[in-house]
Amino acid sequence: MTAPVYDVAILGGGIVGCAIARELTRYRLRLVLLEKECEVGFGTSKSNSGIIHAGHHSGPDTLKGPLEWAGNRKWDVLHEELDFGFERIGELMVAWDAEQVEILEKYKKRGEDRGVPGLEIWDRDRVRREEPSLSRDIIAALHAPTAGVVNPYEVCFSLIDSARHNGLEIRVETTVTGVAAVEGGLRVDTDRGAVAARYVVNAAGLFADRIAAAAGAGDFRIRPRKGEEYLLDKRLRGLVRRIIFPCPTATSKGVLVIPTFDGTIMVGPTANPIDDKGDLSTSSEGSDEVFDQVRRTVPGISPRDCIAEFAGLRAVADGEDFIIGPSAVKGFINVAGIQSPGLTAAPAIADMVRDILADEGLALSANDDFVPEVPKRVIVSHLDTAAQVALAARDSRYGHICCRCELVTEGEVVDAIHAGAGTLDGIKFRTRAGMGRCQGGFCTWRCMELLSREMGIPIEQVTKRGGGSWLVCRREDLEEGSAA
Amino acid sequence: MITERPLHLKKKYDVVVAGGGPAGMAAALGARDAGAESILMVDREPMAGGILWQCIHNGFGLHHFKEELTGPEYAQRYLEQVIEHDIDILTDTYIYDIDRDRNVQLMSGERGIHVLESRSVVLAMGARERTRGAIRIAGSRPAGVLTAGLAQKFVNMAGVLPGRRVVILGSGDIGLIMARRLVLEGVEVLGVFEIMPHVNGLGRNVVQCLHDFDIPLHLSTTVTEIHGRDRVEKVTVAPVDENLVPDLSKSWDIPCDTLMLSIGLIPENELSRRINLRLDPVTTGPVVDSTMETSVDGVFACGNVVHIHDLVDFVSQESELAGRGAGAYLTGHRPPADNIRLVPGDNVAYCVPHTISSDREHTVYLRVRRTEGKCTIKFGDAYAKKLLYVFPAEMVTVTLRPKFLQEFHGDSLRVDVVAR
Repeated sequence: MTAPVYDVAILGGGIVGCAIARELTRYRLRLVLLEKECEVGFGTSKSNSGIIHAGHHSGPDTLKGPLEWAGNRKWDVLHEELDFGFERIGELMVAWDAEQVEILEKYKKRGEDRGVPGLEIWDRDRVRREEPSLSRDIIAALHAPTAGVVNPYEVCFSLIDSARHNGLEIRVETTVTGVAAVEGGLRVDTDRGAVAARYVVNAAGLFADRIAAAAGAGDFRIRPRKGEEYLLDKRLRGLVRRIIFPCPTATSKGVLVIPTFDGTIMVGPTANPIDDKGDLSTSSEGSDEVFDQVRRTVPGISPRDCIAEFAGLRAVADGEDFIIGPSAVKGFINVAGIQSPGLTAAPAIADMVRDILADEGLALSANDDFVPEVPKRVIVSHLDTAAQVALAARDSRYGHICCRCELVTEGEVVDAIHAGAGTLDGIKFRTRAGMGRCQGGFCTWRCMELLSREMGIPIEQVTKRGGGSWLVCRREDLEEGSAA
Repeated sequence: MITERPLHLKKKYDVVVAGGGPAGMAAALGARDAGAESILMVDREPMAGGILWQCIHNGFGLHHFKEELTGPEYAQRYLEQVIEHDIDILTDTYIYDIDRDRNVQLMSGERGIHVLESRSVVLAMGARERTRGAIRIAGSRPAGVLTAGLAQKFVNMAGVLPGRRVVILGSGDIGLIMARRLVLEGVEVLGVFEIMPHVNGLGRNVVQCLHDFDIPLHLSTTVTEIHGRDRVEKVTVAPVDENLVPDLSKSWDIPCDTLMLSIGLIPENELSRRINLRLDPVTTGPVVDSTMETSVDGVFACGNVVHIHDLVDFVSQESELAGRGAGAYLTGHRPPADNIRLVPGDNVAYCVPHTISSDREHTVYLRVRRTEGKCTIKFGDAYAKKLLYVFPAEMVTVTLRPKFLQEFHGDSLRVDVVAR
């Protein structure tokens, strides 16, 4: 085998892999990212709660702690450069009794020691004034203005768009089957052939343990911890303005109320250890738990408001902390166990991995062609009427509504397809078409037609999210008994 | 063939009708008949007619046209009249805002975005289907879970099939109709599962769509879990007790590739909320008077946006009334204001309209909460009518004549359905 083609191969296109890939494109490197799903961000990241933590959640004696705060501070620049929804709406950690107020004080002190600004304990009246929908039994809250919300999948798409513009090569629907040392580097075997690189970054999320073990580069274990989340009708927009955390207990962060960037309120998550890394099911117990708990915080929320639910799996390492560093195998870097506050920390993790690679001998010379910004997407619903009129006059596709719940036009769907969305879910997570209250009842067919038209494929080859997720079949297919 | 004339859009209309389905078409005609001069009907689809185009089965028009039609035939008859009556039609157009002064903001691919004024408005946006999220079915999230209406669009409009082996949850009319439709297309329909002890669709559809095609119907049984990673692989079903709680010890799995949902409709009141209309918490639609006028002057509503109907014929009837109301509002020939409020009592979920007048004849639509055999529907002490049976799935229609109310002097009438 000849010398490795790539300097670095990144295994996994979740938020961590995407952030690392994009960071490394600032340097003259030959980079490849391998992702087993049909799009980046379609594993754990897609189901993330989308919170940029304020900086005071993780303990001081962990790797998480400093990375949470370092990561938090990087989001404003990222947001300016890349085109994703982000807003520092702040968070409230609420207390029902005096004992919990002491815990709030502890978190306040922890944050202040770390340099987190603006932490403030609010009394009952202030809480009532700022967030009138909260339960009247809440006696105090810790306000942290540095907390924010993002759409985690949008962040992954933007990071990868930026990285691709700056030279990253990406292979989706590619599953890593093994890693072996070869002359001058490592060979990564996949179900679609082998890739050789001088360095390998294992950011494979739930599967990082298997890949590390296959490489002989670690004996840690990643166990999934399931979180179920429930999305509420947009009618409730503005019910709360900030992310609401119940005062954490020894075992759980509790059920949160999250006003997402798009104005949809999300409640959850649960936290249950499970065995099956493919189990994304939601449960009636989870639903009951979430709604029972959330009503203690915001009594006005009812299960009747639910429009959709989903589950995600946190990648939890033994000992609960992040595992980031070089391994026994030269050139093989583990970035594993990235659970909460992994999203917040991701930009700081990327910096850390860059430095580790440099320490391990990777030469970093600046890529003078690096462009930090990505082209801005058109989001019709974010424009004022005059701008909408002008845009629709220029290109009528931006006046043609495709998804009416979220006001997404044909133009935006076509843009998403040309940006790489090859599936219904790809469109949904890029444009919000199908995410609203009718859950795709009206736009599914339109999006399928657009995918078929723009990609030049027959309608029965359009899928929900790649693989065997076919949507429709033909009468002729009925006899065959296999997937369309 | 229906041909619509090219439209020169006016700046100002007498009536703008939001929605061009059965409700919108009947309302536009009603408004014309009552003297409205310029009428614009707006629909988001490429052709007016609404959901009727995909309802290719028969059973429409028995009340209204006194003959049995298919959905497209029913739509065509109405649309021809709409065109004959010079009603402006704007299709492929989305109304994204109406304010309380009845300024209407439109958005369309062909014409871009614009605002026009309207002297009165009829809301006829119809309904959407309840989805999986609304009832929070546990399990994974594969492809192959869809509503009956979307399946109907796939099969009847696009000529493709939603799957090969289908389980149906819910016994709404669209689900029953689609059960038969899929069998006719060669798809295996493994059964209809209904959590309630009674069917949610019309009795005739149970006979004609399920019994005649040997499709099993399981009452008091529901889907408790969906399995499958990429595509549905199986569903778990279980019987429920009287509190609708599934007994998982008696559950069983059904291998299938599709779960089709027919679990009810939700009135599409997003525009109503923007105008800040008063809504009925039971129907979730606007509160209306006997002319179908809402709580905001000059804004009328009709069809599924007000309450969910079983039959399109009743939608047409109610919507014509709303259109007439809008016309009368413009010409100043409005009837005297209503003087009696209808208050749902025993075994009555809701009544539409919400108010009536003692000096005119009214058709009152209502829905019961529970099945009942021989019973009496009572409007206070003023009027009583005997019924052989009532089902929540079948709307009750009562004609109230002025003579019944001659002796009545109160301002509210309690409506009860009581067993005999």
